[in-house]
Amino acid sequence: MAGYYFLVVAVLVLAGFFVGRLRAQGLVMGARGGALHSLPAYHGLLTAAAALVPMLLVFAVAMPVVNHLAISNALDYFDPQVAADPLQRGAALREVQNVAAGQYGGGEQSTVLKTAAASYASTLHWGHWVVFATGVGLALVGILFILSRISAQFRSRNYFERFVLVVLVACAAVAILTTIGIVFSVLFETYRFFFDTSLKGRPTVSEFLFGTEWNPQAAMRADQGDIRTAFGFIPLLTGTLLITSIAICVAGPLGLFSAIYLSEYASRRVRAWVKPVLEILAGIPTVVLGFFAALTVAPLIRGWGEYFGLDVASESALAAGLVMGMMIIPFISSLSDDVINAVPQSLRDGAYALGATKSETIRKVVLPAALPGIVSAFMLAISRAIGETMIVVMAAGLAANLTFNPLDAVTTITVQIKTILVGDQEFDSAKTLAAFALGFVLFFVTLMLNLIALHIVNKYREQYD
Amino acid sequence: MTDIAALTGDGPIRHRQGDAAAARVRRRYRAEARFKAYGIAALVVTTVFLVVLLADILVKGMPAFTQHSVTLSVPVPAEGFGDRSVSAIRGADYFPITRDALKAAIPGIESRSGERTLTRLLSTGAPDVLRDRLVANPSLIGTTVQVPLLLSDDADLYFKGVGTRIDSRAARGTATPSGTTGEITIESTAGDFGADLATVRKAIAQQVLRLTAEADRAQSSGATDAVARVAALREEIATLRTRLDDPKSQEELDSKAPSLLVAINDGLVKITKLSDTAVSGDVLLPLSSADPAGAGAWRVVTYLTPESNRKVTDQDVAFLERFKDLGAVHRDFNWLFFSSGDSREPELAGIRGALVGTALTLLVTLALCVPIGVLAAVYLEEFASKNNLTALIEVNINNLAAVPSIVFGLLGLAVFLNFFALPRSAPLVGGLVLALLVLPTIIIAARAALKAVPPSIKEAALGVGASHQQAVFHHVLPLAMPGIMTGTIIGMAHALGETAPLLMIGMIAFIVDVPAGLTDAATVLPVQIYLWSDLPEVAFQAKTAATIIVLLLFLFVMNGMAIWLRKKFERRW
Repeated sequence: MAGYYFLVVAVLVLAGFFVGRLRAQGLVMGARGGALHSLPAYHGLLTAAAALVPMLLVFAVAMPVVNHLAISNALDYFDPQVAADPLQRGAALREVQNVAAGQYGGGEQSTVLKTAAASYASTLHWGHWVVFATGVGLALVGILFILSRISAQFRSRNYFERFVLVVLVACAAVAILTTIGIVFSVLFETYRFFFDTSLKGRPTVSEFLFGTEWNPQAAMRADQGDIRTAFGFIPLLTGTLLITSIAICVAGPLGLFSAIYLSEYASRRVRAWVKPVLEILAGIPTVVLGFFAALTVAPLIRGWGEYFGLDVASESALAAGLVMGMMIIPFISSLSDDVINAVPQSLRDGAYALGATKSETIRKVVLPAALPGIVSAFMLAISRAIGETMIVVMAAGLAANLTFNPLDAVTTITVQIKTILVGDQEFDSAKTLAAFALGFVLFFVTLMLNLIALHIVNKYREQYD
Repeated sequence: MTDIAALTGDGPIRHRQGDAAAARVRRRYRAEARFKAYGIAALVVTTVFLVVLLADILVKGMPAFTQHSVTLSVPVPAEGFGDRSVSAIRGADYFPITRDALKAAIPGIESRSGERTLTRLLSTGAPDVLRDRLVANPSLIGTTVQVPLLLSDDADLYFKGVGTRIDSRAARGTATPSGTTGEITIESTAGDFGADLATVRKAIAQQVLRLTAEADRAQSSGATDAVARVAALREEIATLRTRLDDPKSQEELDSKAPSLLVAINDGLVKITKLSDTAVSGDVLLPLSSADPAGAGAWRVVTYLTPESNRKVTDQDVAFLERFKDLGAVHRDFNWLFFSSGDSREPELAGIRGALVGTALTLLVTLALCVPIGVLAAVYLEEFASKNNLTALIEVNINNLAAVPSIVFGLLGLAVFLNFFALPRSAPLVGGLVLALLVLPTIIIAARAALKAVPPSIKEAALGVGASHQQAVFHHVLPLAMPGIMTGTIIGMAHALGETAPLLMIGMIAFIVDVPAGLTDAATVLPVQIYLWSDLPEVAFQAKTAATIIVLLLFLFVMNGMAIWLRKKFERRW
């Protein structure tokens, strides 16, 4: 259906363009050349837009309505109980859709199912025809309306440019819409997590923020009432911070010294060789690094630990942290490189004139001058490490241990979000909503880090420009 | 001058100052060299890490690009194919046909367990080749066909070197086997097994020493159960001692030691009991006769990796080695890896489904984020007035670029799946989420490209009477296009490697079929990597690494294209 609809859209839009242009060219032929206000192509474009906009609007508005109607019509044939229970409702709906599509493989079909499927199919059928007819009709009306208005004085270009401007603003607004979407989706579910009274096992805000036990997996059925669900956020926070700090300990010195060497010491040739190395490292997908961490680095660390008689967990925080550190080296290095390069040469020259060596100049003049930028680079790196998912999902553990020992297994916020949300989930259990609450914390923390970092960068940039 | 010299004793002061200054300068130069060395060390560590990472994946992944199969002449019976229509041929039972072909290749295997072991060496998908051939050419029914049959993952790994090293030495005496199948004894006239017996005995002697030490420790520890423990240990030591002292004793071999076998009369016997001149054991490959074999006509074979440390049993190894000696085993490029979907059997699993899923997902992403990203950039760079709304949009874009990708997954789950009820696991939703994810990247790159076009171009257009939009769309945008395309490719490469948000919207299901449309359940390359990396089979590890190689190749090609575009169209104004 959608395919045919958009085929018709394309046909009508093209037709509108050519008809509009022909019409305008006809005007030129009839009268004297050059008397048109706008070029013929603009008349064509405006006519095409008049066909496009109503068709897209009709599709976007009417299709969901038709689907909704078809579903509610079909569910009318079932027990009211079925419609009330989300699980049964989904199952019934899938059966109806399968029967309607002729793919039912489950043997005998009940009469209820048959009539429901028939109703579903016919509603969809008629609904689609109505959408189709309305869309085409409105498009034709739009085309005819513009055609009737086209004249030598008609300001097609101005109208069309106004339309284009609206499109441009809409595209730019997608960024805002995305942010709003993120904020609302996590905020809404987080609110339900804390304050929805119908939710079993929900924690209070302080239990969540200061609890030291995290155990969302416990079943919430009555017969398993003994198992305590706990939504204490602290072990996740310490786990995340532990892995992040290992990563920063690795990436901080390595990234910073790489940046210093590349921007202050390296010859053009060395840079030409080393820069791609960092770029390749930056381009390696995190799932690949996760594979490396889980299957190569973790066993290696475990082996060394055994050699020294240390008890190392097979999913130690150290392995995940080390590889994550490797991931953010290029990040820190390229951001620091930028800020170090932005330090004016005159500062360096001044230091050299006083007899300072190169390293003294760097340590005592360049780095202090670049410090705000470097701090913000580190903050962005921390924010990236906190939000990184695949490395920790593959190399870190699931058990929420409250520990600061890098050889133990810890879990992180992102690991828990992924663990809870992968697979089927209902949106009315505290467990699922807990993932959104974690997502909210994650979004909030990284947002703050980014905002502060960007603020520092902007402030710093003003000093030297 | 003299006063100063008198004050400070003999020797000129300036000389001493020079000494201190020189030392200071030396120290400063050393600090300089150290500082520089830190920088070099940081770069070296990073490079080494990258090289180790790539080498590790290459070494792990390359074996998965080839696959072993055993080519057999398979007699296809005339019956069992119904009316010989395509559907009847497709539905026929091929398992007995391949099983009989296997049995014919190694004659003399009568026992049920031997037969089972033999058929287990083939992949469950092995008969598919035969089926496809018969479907393509039904006239082959009733004839004998040469067919390459796919080996199972363990057998395949054995030939790739994850099995055992095999040693073999010619024997000196004349050996007489007591039978051709089942459990037999072999007597040798010379002490052919003396060396092996000595090895076993040495191990026993070492164990005696170890146990004695343990008994001494237990005695001196003074624990409550020490007496009983010491008694038990002493008894064990005594048994071992008697075994050691009896020169005629037979030693039993277990699966923790290297396997010892005898290759005699075209057969193979696995030794279970060993003495100086005689062995007894199970026949793995039937002997052609029970005739005595002279010196040099029979060999003692050792599988060096103990049986308990490998996935293939001695029986498996015997069969596989026999196939190899028959010249039936081939190593070919693993086309199946690129032509089949996911599977629970490692040797049948392929990445076609993931490749198609990736293509569909990226298509949606490209179709959405290029127009939206470029138009948004055009608006912000060329048309937006400097007001609060514009500032808000800019802050938004910069922040979205740094939001963790998993949060976009939450957005997709809550908005696209839950609110708009779009299908789970579909490339459509995956593409939507990735589009939102890479949109900031593309907007930022496109803005930079637009900014790099000198204002004189636009001003010239405006000067000859173009409208603002005409100037931008006819002149500025085409000139910025190479930069925008470079940014787009880099954004797409980013989307190609992204995993976490796709897990959130359910693109993680086990999907065998290759997706055919935007709303079919699908998976993508990075998710496939994640899925396979979790599986316990060793063969899947190689598949995972091979998939990573494919993914990295795509990324390198894309990034190479971006660099090429930048080089080719780079313009200094």
